[in-house]
Amino acid sequence: MTPPSRNPTNADIVIAGLGMTPVGEHWNSSLRELALQAITATLDDAAGLRPNILYVANMLSPMLSGQTQLGALIADFSGLRGIEALTIEAAGASGGAAMRQAEMAIASGSADLALVVGVEKMTDRVSSEVESALSTASDVDYEAVQGATRTAQAALLMRRYLHEHQAPPDALAGFGLIAHANAVANPLAMFRKAISPEAYARAPMLSEPVTIFDAAPNADGAAAVLLARRGTFPENPDRPTVGILGSAVATAAPALHDHDDPLTLTAAARAAESAFQRTGLTTEDVDFFELHDIFSVYAALALEASGFAGRGEGWKLAQDGQGTRESELPILTFGGSKARGDAGGATGVYQIAEAALQLQGRAGEAQVPGARIGMTQCVGGSGGTCATHLLGVLEAD
Amino acid sequence: MEVARHWRLKKQRYAMTGEVCPHCQSKIFPPRDICPDCGEDARDLYQFSGHGEVYSFTTVYDAPAGFEAGAPYTLALIKLDEGPMVTAQLTDLDSRGIEIGMPVEMVTRKLRSDGERGMLVYGYKFRPLLAAAA
Repeated sequence: MTPPSRNPTNADIVIAGLGMTPVGEHWNSSLRELALQAITATLDDAAGLRPNILYVANMLSPMLSGQTQLGALIADFSGLRGIEALTIEAAGASGGAAMRQAEMAIASGSADLALVVGVEKMTDRVSSEVESALSTASDVDYEAVQGATRTAQAALLMRRYLHEHQAPPDALAGFGLIAHANAVANPLAMFRKAISPEAYARAPMLSEPVTIFDAAPNADGAAAVLLARRGTFPENPDRPTVGILGSAVATAAPALHDHDDPLTLTAAARAAESAFQRTGLTTEDVDFFELHDIFSVYAALALEASGFAGRGEGWKLAQDGQGTRESELPILTFGGSKARGDAGGATGVYQIAEAALQLQGRAGEAQVPGARIGMTQCVGGSGGTCATHLLGVLEAD
Repeated sequence: MEVARHWRLKKQRYAMTGEVCPHCQSKIFPPRDICPDCGEDARDLYQFSGHGEVYSFTTVYDAPAGFEAGAPYTLALIKLDEGPMVTAQLTDLDSRGIEIGMPVEMVTRKLRSDGERGMLVYGYKFRPLLAAAA
């Protein structure tokens, strides 16, 4: 029998509200306006609760918007003037890392209500500037200086993955196909159009063997989640209460070449192990997985690192109907970074908001039937940081 | 401009000078002073041979700022003979095909340029091992 302290239904940090903007090219909205939209939607969803603290998850604002101190900027602009607020940056893992900070702020007793907003504004700049900014998540002195880009690093991994595991050239196609098929049901997604295996095979090349259907589009967007200590606010009786069961962040070398085995996402393995250990849950308990799919190869590596597949076997979980919403382990249920669109440091917050919608039964056409426990995972750079969360439906208080 | 930043790295960039751990004998590149294998202090300089093999490779078409002039270029992970891996461009390829496992050697080349009034940054790239040197 599971000891009570590890019983996941005892979680006392819960989701009190959430909100997201559409993901895409928001020419008419600035960074702060996107954040405001997500925050307003979240506080409305939380029936007017006010946070004690604000964490802003963002990766690129200092480089692409020339703006730092987003904590103060966004608190001030969104009607939260005066509250404690700061930015959390861990490249593509910023959103999950900020959620972890919010969870710790409540667990520590410092706050009862902690708001996380992930926001990214990429499309104000041309692609070479965005690529340069994204490459700062690598070890700049030894990777970016060689002309390494995020896309090229994914290509290095993908070529090696296919080579070492003797997988067919289209082995990783399943992730993009699932993402696009699922995004049709997501009104906030950037690409709401399913793609065919034939279209995948004909896709334009970005960096061999990575094609446009292996790569998530860079986009603008903001997502917010309000975390609360259970018992300090009236829960919405019309929906199940969803709690943060486990929350973990781990790191590894940011440089791909500093990994003994670049095909093992050690930060993801550490974070997953830690999240499972804290909750007493296993991969068997997970009803769906919002995994890191910024490039298709990372989705396979994420499944392997998190214990859902053996080394070299992750790609098979997106083959033959696996990975769809009706399957044993649905993934990317709202389209993932590939089709929802990747809003950089906001991605981890989108994942948690989407997982919460699934568990609350509010996912609409994207609903995974009977989902009780969901897992989310976002990764910074080529594997330097990983944030993993386990969320679940709680028993009524 | 970052002149000092690049100057500080001249031994690594021009000569592939790394470190060797006096405790476990691990060869370390880039140098990091704390051995990644045993966690002990490791500050003894070590001269890498500059020889290795291709672990993986790809082509960059959409180059970041500062690298547009060289695009498209071939980027690779090189497994050095002494153990560590490095990220570097492949150069002097002519019409030769590249394969995983292909032996390569280090050469010094221009890495990036920051416009007419900016810096030229030089460092290591790798080329196929010449037959005469093999």
